[in-house]
Amino acid sequence: MDISGLTRTSEFQWEIPPTGAMRVPVVIFADETLIRDMDAKVFEQAANVAALPGIVKASFAMPDAHWGYGFPIGGVAAFDADEGGVVSAGGVGFDISCGVRTLLTGLAAEDIEAVKSELADALFRTIPAGVGSTGKIALSPEEMDAMLAGGAAWAVEKGWGEAADLPRIEERGCMAGARPDCVSDRAKKRQKKEMGTLGSGNHYLEVQRVTRLYDEDGAAAFGLAVGDAVISIHCGSRGLGHQIGTEYLRRMAVSAADAGIRLPERELACAPITSEAGQSYLGAMRAAINCALANRQIVTHLARQVFAEVLPGAHLSLLYDVSHNTCKVEDHEVDGVRRRLFVHRKGATRAFGPGHPDIPESLRETGQPVLIGGTMGTASYILSGTAESMTHAFGSACHGAGRAMSRHQAAKRWRGRTVIDDLAGRGIVLRSRSERGVAEEAPGAYKDVDAVVDATEDAGLARKVARLEPLICIKG
Amino acid sequence: MTDRHWEHFPHDADVGVRGVGPTREAAFEEAARALTAAIVEPGAVVPRDAVEVACSAPDDEVLLVDWLNALVYEMATRGMLFGDFRVRIEGTTLNATALGEPVDAARHAPAVEVKGATFTELKVHRTEDGAWVAQCVVDV
Repeated sequence: MDISGLTRTSEFQWEIPPTGAMRVPVVIFADETLIRDMDAKVFEQAANVAALPGIVKASFAMPDAHWGYGFPIGGVAAFDADEGGVVSAGGVGFDISCGVRTLLTGLAAEDIEAVKSELADALFRTIPAGVGSTGKIALSPEEMDAMLAGGAAWAVEKGWGEAADLPRIEERGCMAGARPDCVSDRAKKRQKKEMGTLGSGNHYLEVQRVTRLYDEDGAAAFGLAVGDAVISIHCGSRGLGHQIGTEYLRRMAVSAADAGIRLPERELACAPITSEAGQSYLGAMRAAINCALANRQIVTHLARQVFAEVLPGAHLSLLYDVSHNTCKVEDHEVDGVRRRLFVHRKGATRAFGPGHPDIPESLRETGQPVLIGGTMGTASYILSGTAESMTHAFGSACHGAGRAMSRHQAAKRWRGRTVIDDLAGRGIVLRSRSERGVAEEAPGAYKDVDAVVDATEDAGLARKVARLEPLICIKG
Repeated sequence: MTDRHWEHFPHDADVGVRGVGPTREAAFEEAARALTAAIVEPGAVVPRDAVEVACSAPDDEVLLVDWLNALVYEMATRGMLFGDFRVRIEGTTLNATALGEPVDAARHAPAVEVKGATFTELKVHRTEDGAWVAQCVVDV
């Protein structure tokens, strides 16, 4: 892509100065190869975000940024309610609070090798994955509302998890300010059979081996050593979040003009934070965050059940749980002034630096664990938030490899069976109900996760702690 | 008579769905077929059970988003896939019949679940040769 319109402000930072309707610059974190490979739509979408009312400092794009809807995926933008700031349903996305959690197992990767196939089958049998799969938990209307208000804390109370899990989840497992009354009956109906399900697309459960440490102290604080087996779960708020995203995107797209907001594209649908539509969306979106946290908690419980049967010596403890698609109220220092901001992260991970009060005490000195999912054939990474990341992009980092190729192109280029066989040849056991789904998710359809993570570290957004490689992958 | 067909157009993370036909109704039906094709080959879905769908919107483009989202909702809550569609539009009110069957994971092996239709690349228009085009990006 042509980068002549960009100003390189440091080796890993690029800027589009404000022009036209833009209120702030666009700032992109990437090395030269990543930025040259970035879709031009990323720059266009990030520039559109820069034109929204009340935006503070800059419209940011992470090294894994790619073309999304409204905001780029890998986009971060903060808004000030007192300056007419907005909240955007497209800036959060349909899969509200989609995220990753990583569990320590207390096992070595060799322990997994001995039972790999059996374990993969048991996980695949127990954890509902793929289109049309349903969970075993049916919630009454009252329980649905309690789940939407309580998140993972609700799940633990119901017996799906351990109290010790909660401090290791953003918001301590329960997003405050959730308003189940702002969630439509249709959204609740769509969730009815979907509690404790992985979903499809790029969602997965992986058993992984820690293959390398970059920061010994950080790894020790996180409980990681080379050769350890860990589990990573990537999923979100399922049908409920999708329906909330759908309904509020439409509502905001149709009503933006009434609120006096001129949108360069309807896909940027947003509402003033202080408006009824804005407040109602925030209440519903926070309920969807709780749904995602409860969902990952229940999937964790199912994984624990499987491990108790297949590898009774394991103890699955939660390292951390991060959310990728959110809008959260946070205090940040901007030009020496502390401000309360509504930070949108769309396909970006919160990456709070050492000492931040929102990080559990046992991890506070190290910084927040930043969990970066790779593809089923490459690596995933665990990083830690840095002091620098707080000043760069409101304490945010990349969220994954990021797609380099459309699903359509990927399905044309690869056959699912070949991908499965190739992975098996490398010792990675894959279970999926759809060969076409596997082809669309082929590792080659993604950017180079190593390059993305290196650029994230080099740009100062987060610090590498450990590298993980897959042993078993359950695909949605 | 203009040909009718559906196609996917590329998008980095998601899928662009496009329906083309001699009428607005035909373009909406083909766009729905493209939606199904993001999940499974439309021909693999037996059009056995009928589901009625109705929506109303301020303009054609929002109507397309509403139509596709109504199908996403029916697929999700009924556990169904749809392979055939009959659309009737009066003004900006749509009434339709979607024909399909329950998801059979083994037979359909659905590739991906559609989360919702977006306003990205959203267009409903007539080309110079008179064909109707209805398209948008759907999140998967």
